[in-house]
Amino acid sequence: MYDIKALYEAESVEHAVALLVEHPEAQIIAGGSDILVKMREGKCAGKELVSIYGLDEMRGVSFEADGAIRIGSLTSFSHITGDPIIQEHIRVLGEAVDMVGGPQIRNIGTIGGNTCNGVTSADSASTLFAWDAVVEITGPEGVRRIPIQDFYIRAGVVDLKPGELQTAILIPKKAYEGYQGHYMKYAMRNAMDIATTGCSVNVKLSEDKKVMEDVRIAYGVAGPVPMRASGTEAAVKGRTVSGENVKTFAGAVLEDIRPRDSFRASKEFRQHIAVVLAERALRESIRLAGGEVDE
Amino acid sequence: MSRQYKLVSCTINGKQVEKMVDVRASLTDMLRDDYRLTSVKRGCEVGECGACNVIIDGECFNSCIYLAVWAQGKEILTLEGLAGPDGGISDIQQAFIDEAAVQCGFCTPGFIMSAAAILEAKREFTDDEIRKRMSGNLCRCTGYENIFRAVKKTMLQRLGKEKEGIL
Repeated sequence: MYDIKALYEAESVEHAVALLVEHPEAQIIAGGSDILVKMREGKCAGKELVSIYGLDEMRGVSFEADGAIRIGSLTSFSHITGDPIIQEHIRVLGEAVDMVGGPQIRNIGTIGGNTCNGVTSADSASTLFAWDAVVEITGPEGVRRIPIQDFYIRAGVVDLKPGELQTAILIPKKAYEGYQGHYMKYAMRNAMDIATTGCSVNVKLSEDKKVMEDVRIAYGVAGPVPMRASGTEAAVKGRTVSGENVKTFAGAVLEDIRPRDSFRASKEFRQHIAVVLAERALRESIRLAGGEVDE
Repeated sequence: MSRQYKLVSCTINGKQVEKMVDVRASLTDMLRDDYRLTSVKRGCEVGECGACNVIIDGECFNSCIYLAVWAQGKEILTLEGLAGPDGGISDIQQAFIDEAAVQCGFCTPGFIMSAAAILEAKREFTDDEIRKRMSGNLCRCTGYENIFRAVKKTMLQRLGKEKEGIL
């Protein structure tokens, strides 16, 4: 038995908004793999819950009219990994969420929950940051869309106003077309572990595969919330594909990131692996995009 | 607030069932306490050990972090559901015995349900794929090697590759 004060089950997105307005103290529960665990620990004990788990309208991956990829917030990690649209256009997201927890967690955990709990270690978050994802939020005032970078306010806090819930995550066409990316998670064990640091890189090469027209990089656990390393991107954007530029890129990340000491790893260790991951992830992204790094 | 209950209808091990359930119950609570399916173990109860693993609509879930009310309309399979019509154990359970993949046995039902999901896919997985698919279960006795052998052997046997099944 969980220490739940009351459970309200939403029957539609509209109903969920109404329930949240009616019960302002209530916490949203999607897959529950965070909230139910917190409840067991006593942190969220005695709360009212609004369950949105039954809302199949918030599941699945599809295209919007403008070509953006729409991922329903309740889509589970395993369904994202197995989805043909994800596999063809943003394969790295499927690979990143395939590193969350273990198989059972990937069947219950949702991409919406992974981003709404506002933690920096979320395996989906760095890739979503690196691909300019847009968050769709539905509330009493209707639907609004904001860049994922604005969605995260501080550790554990996201931009959800009273009565609002996240209904989808979108990847605009210009953000994915022509890009190839790679995610690397550094953790102590392969399954059931939280990232010590995670790094997602993607690149768009020129037609002759010689120039990096665009490079994007984002980290998890390199600061209080997931973050883009924009100085690093600027350092190599428009430069030729070369071993030297890959090194320049990796070296630049230390100016952008702000890791700290925790029981998982020291600040210095995180800085070290952040550089190594950046280099390896960029090399792999270039390879996936059809380029070759000279040595 | 007074106690809140909900009528939950679902299919458990092929049988259509229905019961009033406390909304605070986890699926582990419901399966063990209301249906006496005690193969579903209460282990860590925070979704880490996999001892409470069951198959819902073809996918593995840790029933300890799954609300019982979500089972409405779902098809649930527990270890008890693997038994044959005569009550005999299934090939995967026999393989666990033959390969000495069981010591204290507490993790075994959860492991076997992960294995059942692998076998249901009816295709051959690589060793790494099997390991990854079994990685949501923890065993503190055996060291996993015998469990891996039992799963691989049964997978190959079901695909008609018995000879390769002898590891």
